[in-house]
Amino acid sequence: MRAGLVCAAVLAACVRPAFAEFKVALVLDRGGKDDKSFNTSAYEGATLAKKKLGVFLKYVEVADDNGFEPMLRGFAQREFDLIIGIGFSQREAIRKVSAQFPKRHFAIVDSEVTAPNVRSLMFEEHEGAYVIGAIAAMTSKTGKIGFVGGMDIPLIRRFVMGYEAGAKRINPQIKVLDNYVGVTSEAWNNPPKGKELAVSQYEAGVDIIFAGAGASGLGVFDAAEERKKFAIGVDANQDWIKPGVILTSMLKRVDEAVFAVIQEAQAGKFTGGVKRFGLGNKGVDYSFDQYNAKVLTEPVRKRADELKAEIIAGKVAVPDYYKLQKR
Amino acid sequence: MTRQLLESTLRVSTPLIFAALGGMFSERAGVINIALEGMMLVGAFGAAVGTLTTHSPWLGSAWGIGAGILLAAVYGICVIRLRANQIVAGTAINMLALGLTPFLCKIKYDVTGQTPAIPLDERFQSAPLYLSWVMVVFCWLWLKHTRQGLWLSFAGEHPEALDAAGIRVNRVRWAAVLVSGALAGMGGASLSVYLSSSFARNMTAGRGFMALAALIFGKWKPVPTAIACLLFGFAEAVQMRLQGVVIWGKDPIPVQFIQILPYLVTILVLAGFVGRSRAPKALGTVFRRG
Repeated sequence: MRAGLVCAAVLAACVRPAFAEFKVALVLDRGGKDDKSFNTSAYEGATLAKKKLGVFLKYVEVADDNGFEPMLRGFAQREFDLIIGIGFSQREAIRKVSAQFPKRHFAIVDSEVTAPNVRSLMFEEHEGAYVIGAIAAMTSKTGKIGFVGGMDIPLIRRFVMGYEAGAKRINPQIKVLDNYVGVTSEAWNNPPKGKELAVSQYEAGVDIIFAGAGASGLGVFDAAEERKKFAIGVDANQDWIKPGVILTSMLKRVDEAVFAVIQEAQAGKFTGGVKRFGLGNKGVDYSFDQYNAKVLTEPVRKRADELKAEIIAGKVAVPDYYKLQKR
Repeated sequence: MTRQLLESTLRVSTPLIFAALGGMFSERAGVINIALEGMMLVGAFGAAVGTLTTHSPWLGSAWGIGAGILLAAVYGICVIRLRANQIVAGTAINMLALGLTPFLCKIKYDVTGQTPAIPLDERFQSAPLYLSWVMVVFCWLWLKHTRQGLWLSFAGEHPEALDAAGIRVNRVRWAAVLVSGALAGMGGASLSVYLSSSFARNMTAGRGFMALAALIFGKWKPVPTAIACLLFGFAEAVQMRLQGVVIWGKDPIPVQFIQILPYLVTILVLAGFVGRSRAPKALGTVFRRG
């Protein structure tokens, strides 16, 4: 009898009042919810939606790239209203699953999937990286700046290209070194190697390194701290991790993009297609807060804001690796 | 440049040396240890938690070593007591470590990715590097000049002979597996408390297997194994410095080609230059008395 009651209670808990609740699933990339960067930002956006909009949120992390498809399909089968995939590695999985479930809504960050029920959230990383490159060039004393990326892939190349262009705008003679952690997705989770790469760059005379390597970037910050040099964060605002060591962070407002898509979908205004986030709509930006106020000087900020305005006004063409590729 | 390359080589090889020496103990005694990767991972986690708790990298490393020993004990129960297949059990141990560490991290810090950062003055500056070479010399002397060292070799070469001499083979193997876990744990600790500042999920990234390759390349002997670790460390350090360098023509070699260098060295070395590398005769076999 008691067992029956418990069963009933469990059942009741399972078939919770689904009629009112808007169900959102968040499938995170391999860095996981606490990479203090890209995925953390996405998770924060979704959590904010949960708090503010009262949606039902379920998030998962996968252990390897083959895990995306079953996760996405599982959520689609359980009638989640909106399923958000974080990261370019989910593209194929989203394409497949969204075709199988045309009535479900999907969103993907950092990759384009053309389907009426998929919204692609794209960030103009090259624009943000251009401003960051300019800031680095203005702050560098050695005339050498560095970049440590996770993998050598188009997305990261896009960062590098913008970064280099921005730096050359300030100082045409500047040298930009770029290094990559690895060739598999382990590369985003290998701080010791990120640190070793950063050390080799600092030893080569670099005094500022922009880390675009997920959790491996934490190793870059360690190296900067030990060698008393600067590092630059990425995606989320990472200035707080090591105040005074991290010059600034290139913000990629994944949180806002995720929040916005949840909000619109809940209001019944979901549309497919590509949505772009650039400097103009503050989708990418550089960070300035109490943690880097002492190191990011006012003249540098002023010049950076001027450059920003120029890019928004279309006066500067920032080289875009994606467009270069298509040619 | 040369000096920096050398320093980088030594740093990168430190965790490999610890883990490879750990593997040596277990394998010389006749127990295959592909669970090195997992033991390193729990070691890295234990050391990070320990250092955050005790504020001392030495005590923290002791926690890491303890974690390595604990996991090695689980492995020992599987393969020595329950006589499970060593490859299968080792793989299972690796998977267990991969899942267990973020799980414990979630319980303790409510994050699945990394432990909080360890402050600069609570991290090792260079101690593990020296310690690893002290261990190499110690292991070499111990294997060569002590009775226990001889027992270890016999447990892996002629367990029957050891048994006939009145030494309990499985006891020797137990001790070897636990020491193996301790050393692999220290290797992991050097990753989280020396080469970076926190534990990150799956941060070993295949280093346990690299250590195993070094062990085979080094013919299961301490000094050659350490040299093999150095070679892998060197390949890695060179790889980092060759990225984006123009060697001929005007474009640099694509990064991906440079990045495969350490793996290429591993394959070449294991396939060709190692000569005859003979495993301990009784490696991977279960010992049953009479």
